[in-house]
Parts: sequence; structure tokens; C-alpha cells
Amino acid sequence: MTRISDCFARARSENRAVLVTYLMAGDPTPETTLDVLKGLPAAGADIIELGAPFTDPMADGPAIQLAGQRALAAGMTMRGVLDMTRRFRETDQTTPIVVMGYYNPIYAFGVDAFLAAAREAGVDGLIVVDLPPEEDAELCLPAQSAGLDFIRLATPTTDDVRLPTVLTNTSGFVYYVSITGVTGAASADPALVGPAVGRIKQATDLPVCVGFGVKSPDNARDIAAVADGVVVGSAIVNRLGGGESSDQVLGFVRSLADGVRSART
Amino acid sequence: MNEIAANSFREGPNEQGRFGKFGGRFVAETLMPLILDLEKCYEAAKTDPAFQAEMQDLWTHYVGRPSPLYFAERLTEHFGGAKIYLKRDELNHTGAHKINNVLGQILLARRMGKTRIIAETGAGQHGVATATVCARFGLQCVVFMGATDVERQKPNVFRMKLLGAEVVPVTSGRGTLKDAMNEALRDWVTRVGETFYCIGTVAGPHPYPAMVRDFQSIIGRETKEQMQAREGRLPDSLVACIGGGSNAMGLFHPFLDDRDVRIIGVEAGGHGVDDRMEHAASLTGGRPGVLHGNRTYLLQDEDGQIIEGHSISAGLDYPGIGPEHSWLHEMGRVEYVSVTDQEALDAFQLSCRLEGIIPALEPSHALAHVAKIAPSLPSDHLMVMNMCGRGDKDIFTVADALGDKLG
Repeated sequence: MTRISDCFARARSENRAVLVTYLMAGDPTPETTLDVLKGLPAAGADIIELGAPFTDPMADGPAIQLAGQRALAAGMTMRGVLDMTRRFRETDQTTPIVVMGYYNPIYAFGVDAFLAAAREAGVDGLIVVDLPPEEDAELCLPAQSAGLDFIRLATPTTDDVRLPTVLTNTSGFVYYVSITGVTGAASADPALVGPAVGRIKQATDLPVCVGFGVKSPDNARDIAAVADGVVVGSAIVNRLGGGESSDQVLGFVRSLADGVRSART
Repeated sequence: MNEIAANSFREGPNEQGRFGKFGGRFVAETLMPLILDLEKCYEAAKTDPAFQAEMQDLWTHYVGRPSPLYFAERLTEHFGGAKIYLKRDELNHTGAHKINNVLGQILLARRMGKTRIIAETGAGQHGVATATVCARFGLQCVVFMGATDVERQKPNVFRMKLLGAEVVPVTSGRGTLKDAMNEALRDWVTRVGETFYCIGTVAGPHPYPAMVRDFQSIIGRETKEQMQAREGRLPDSLVACIGGGSNAMGLFHPFLDDRDVRIIGVEAGGHGVDDRMEHAASLTGGRPGVLHGNRTYLLQDEDGQIIEGHSISAGLDYPGIGPEHSWLHEMGRVEYVSVTDQEALDAFQLSCRLEGIIPALEPSHALAHVAKIAPSLPSDHLMVMNMCGRGDKDIFTVADALGDKLG
């Protein structure tokens, strides 16, 4: 069992979906991120995606692009992301942390050195946007050997023929990208998401979380009715970028968690 | 890959799109099915005589190929060494080599039933070429261009608009070529069904580096024939400038297995290749990394964050380089050097005054290196430099640099 599988088992026993929240490490400052990070579990976040900033986030919309620029300006690095995880683990041993970003900062760190450091820091899984199954030998397989989950994105363009390829070396959970587009763009349409999640669940026993375009507690509730988890990123990042306090941001997360928890009642 | 290299330098990439460890397909899952589909369609088109015939016809009658191989008598006299030939790709329709590739990709897009073409552009030459061919075929065209480049390449922005293209200024990042490429990828991920991404250089995810190289290789194939007709033998050396490296790859590739031909790629040295990183010389001043779908040499910091290049030439200040160049660099088949902004400016003026050719700032870099090596070579040494673009677009930049006020 891992922190990630425990988390889904717990939610299943409570007959609810999990809430996955995204924060860009270092945005707007490392202190603020750590503050919010430590408050997320109590606010109802089940899994935390910790964004690692990259200068060229080509799958992200403006919200996360700007968050990355703020984080880099504040001096954040891949080493800093791992340090932040380590500090979070000083007080929380159960909430899974998934580092999400792009491959080059990991490649520059050195794959083996990064995996060892990430595991030691208390990272549970990785989402690396620009590593499709065709490049599994780069990081996916080494990560799994090192005991880290490698969470893959499935998208509306992943057809039935390709789906098994995408699922083969996926672990932890499957992240279904609800739209063709970048993060924080159009709103997800629950009427389309339901069947898409069903299609993936027929091909795997892994939980399926849905993200990209989930903006409000209502969106979160609608998606939580048809998926094992809901991912919210840009909507949270926008609040931090707009100058809201940690308490205000955590209040928004609480409203998202309420949405998720009311979906199946 | 090493085994292949022992026999040939021209057989890459392998099935994974790799040239040695370089290249690959580092893209988001949304794009992966599109890239696989593109590869399949390109492989089919490549061996279809009808596709090749249509491209050949347009190259001849629309682009004006073959471009001349011109003996630059006065440059040769001036340098007092090697015999200098210029491959005149600046005489192509739209004024640069870019259209060779665009024509191929647009014909492929039509075959695939795509109706909307997107492209990134730096200096604007690829954008103009794309807008031109889209106009010719009645296709919708959207060109992403860094806001900084929109400002410094105004004539090309207006050209694209005249040709019916929509030019989208990109303000993310620092607003240059790499940001334009990010934005084009974001657009592609959003409008997958009808969109074809026409990449302008030998970079990006497989199959782009190989496909763009194949379309540009017409430059080298013609050069071989023309030199044979002119001098009865192969040239002794080839020189071309490199940003992403498409004009260079187009000239070099047909000669890679002619081991006696010395091949030199010239990167943009900006203010000098040193720790200040005010240059765009990925091979001489960078290290391997992953960006825009491929592994290649990149300008980056310790943390793997990409550093913006600098060059006086908007077409060269890209922080990466095509993956096949990275491989040829590591194999030692091609020499890669750099020249500074100032050296390029001097060469620019030399070409204007001695040959009556106003070159683009990009090939001015190649000429600056020719100026360094030609004088010490014997008079029977045949050197070909790719004059890959004309300089009309650069006159404002050059006037600025020379402290001249136009008008």
C-alpha cells in the first residue's frame, strides 16, 4: 500500500471522490506556498499536486504560466520543490504529494539523483506532462523501480486503440484531461466526462481523476459524481496570484471539498 | 546508432525518432496521436510519385527553383584564398529557404484534410512563407510571433497580414521565438481536429526534424549537381548559419557521407559565447536537455530552466538547435563554430558592397565565418556558403546598429 492507494481506499469507504488540489511551489513566495500546503489537508484536500516551475510550460494556460514565472522569480528550483515536500512531511505523513511539471528540470537534476532525492523527501508520485508512453524508458520505468507512482494523462484524443498503451505503465491513478486544451481553459462538460471516465475504467482498475477546466465548487460536485477524483489547479492558483491570503485560499479549497463531498448524497 | 553511423550519417532517425540520444517525442498526450498520424501520412506521401510531382512543379514554377549556385568573384578576390560560391536561396519566392519546407508541409496538410494552418516565426521569414502558401491554397493561417519580434520585424508582420494571415503577438515569457513556439503548441493542443502545425525548422517532436530536413535537402541536392556541372567535382567545404538549423541541414544532408567535404555550421555568438549567456550558440555554449518535443543542446541554467538566447538576428536567437545537429556535433561529422553580432554586421556590409547582395543577418553569420577561414585556403579550394535569405527585412535593425537614421 502507498499513501496514494490508501487515500483512494479511504475515500471509497466513505463513498466519495477525492479532491486533488494543485499549487505551484514558490508562488508567490516559498513561505506562502508552505503555509497553504500545510493547511490543505484540514481544508479537505486529499491529494496535493505540487507544481515544479518551468520556463516553458507548453501545456499550461496563462494562470499556471504566470504562477511559474512568479515562482521562478522568487528563486524556486527543483531542489526547492523537494525541500518544501520535506518540510510538509515534518507534520503530515498521510497526504500524498505528487510533483507535477516538465521533464527538463528533472533531466538537468539527473534522473537517478532526482528519484532518490524525491523519494527521500516524501514525494509519492510524478506527473510529467511532456513524457508520453513512447518515452517511458526516460523516467516512468526508473520512477516505478524507485517506488514512485508515475501518473499519466489520458485525453480526449486518446482513442480506444491507444488507451492500453497509455495505461500500461501508469500507476497511482489516471489523470483524465477533460478537454483538448491547456490548463485552466474551457469548463469541463460533465455530460461528456461521465462516458469518458467510464471508457477508461473499463480498461483499468486504477482510480480515474478528472482535471483541466474545473473552476468552482459546482463544477467539482458535478465531476465528483462521475469520477474517482477531481483536480483543481488554475482556480486556486489564480486566487494566490490575485493576492488572496492563505486563509482565503484555504476557504475556497474548503468550498471545493464540500462540493466534492456532496456529490453522491 | 553508432553502428549505423559507421556506414552512413544519413540514415537517421530510428523508429523512435532518435538521432543517437537526440530527438524523440517529448510532447503532451493530447498531441501524441496527432504526431503519430502525421508520421504515418508523411511516410506515405514520401513515396507517392503524385505528391513529389506536385511539390516539384510548385518548386519550379512558384518558388523559382533551382536557385543559382553563384561564383562570388569579388568576395573571392577580397579574401584572396578559397573560391567562394553562394547558393542563392535568397532568390526564392518570399526571399528565403523557408518556403521549400512550407510547400511540402502544406501539401501534406491538404492530403490530411486539414483546413487551418498554424506556425511560429522568429524573424518572420517562416511566417511569411507559411502565409504565402496558405494564400495560394486558400487555407486559414495563424502565425504566432513573439511580441518583441513583432516590434523588430515590422515589414514581415505587414507582409503576413497582406497575405491574409492572422498574426498573434505572443507576450508570454520574453516574447521571442521560443515563446511563439510554446503558444503554437498550446493552440495545437486546443484545436486538434482541423489544425496542422507547420514547424519552420529541423526541431520539434519526431517526425518534424526528419521531415523538414527532407524538404530542405533540395538545397544540397541542387548544389551537388550544380557544382558538378560547374567545376566537375564536389565542393571542398560547406558553410551555413544555424538557428534551429534548417537551411544548414538542407545543404549539409546530401553531403554527409562525402567524407572529404568539410562541413561547418555557424551559430550566433551574440555578444560573445561566455558566462553572460548573451548569445544563441546552443552547441558551443549549451548542454543537452529536453524542450519543444525533442532532446537536443539547449541554453539552460543549472536547474534546467531555459535561458533566452541573444542575437542581432531574430532568426537565430532560439535557445535550442535541431537534434540531428546535436548528433552530428557529438559524432564530429560537422564542425560548429560561432560568430558575434559585430562580425555578422561587418560581413553584411561586405556582401552589400562587393557583390551587390543585401543578405539577411542570418547568412551574414555564415559569411563572417567564411571571411575568417577563406583567406588561408588555397585558390583551388571550392567553398559553398548558403545565402539562405535576403536582407530587406533587416535594414532597420542594421541601420540602428550602425547608428544610421533611415528616412
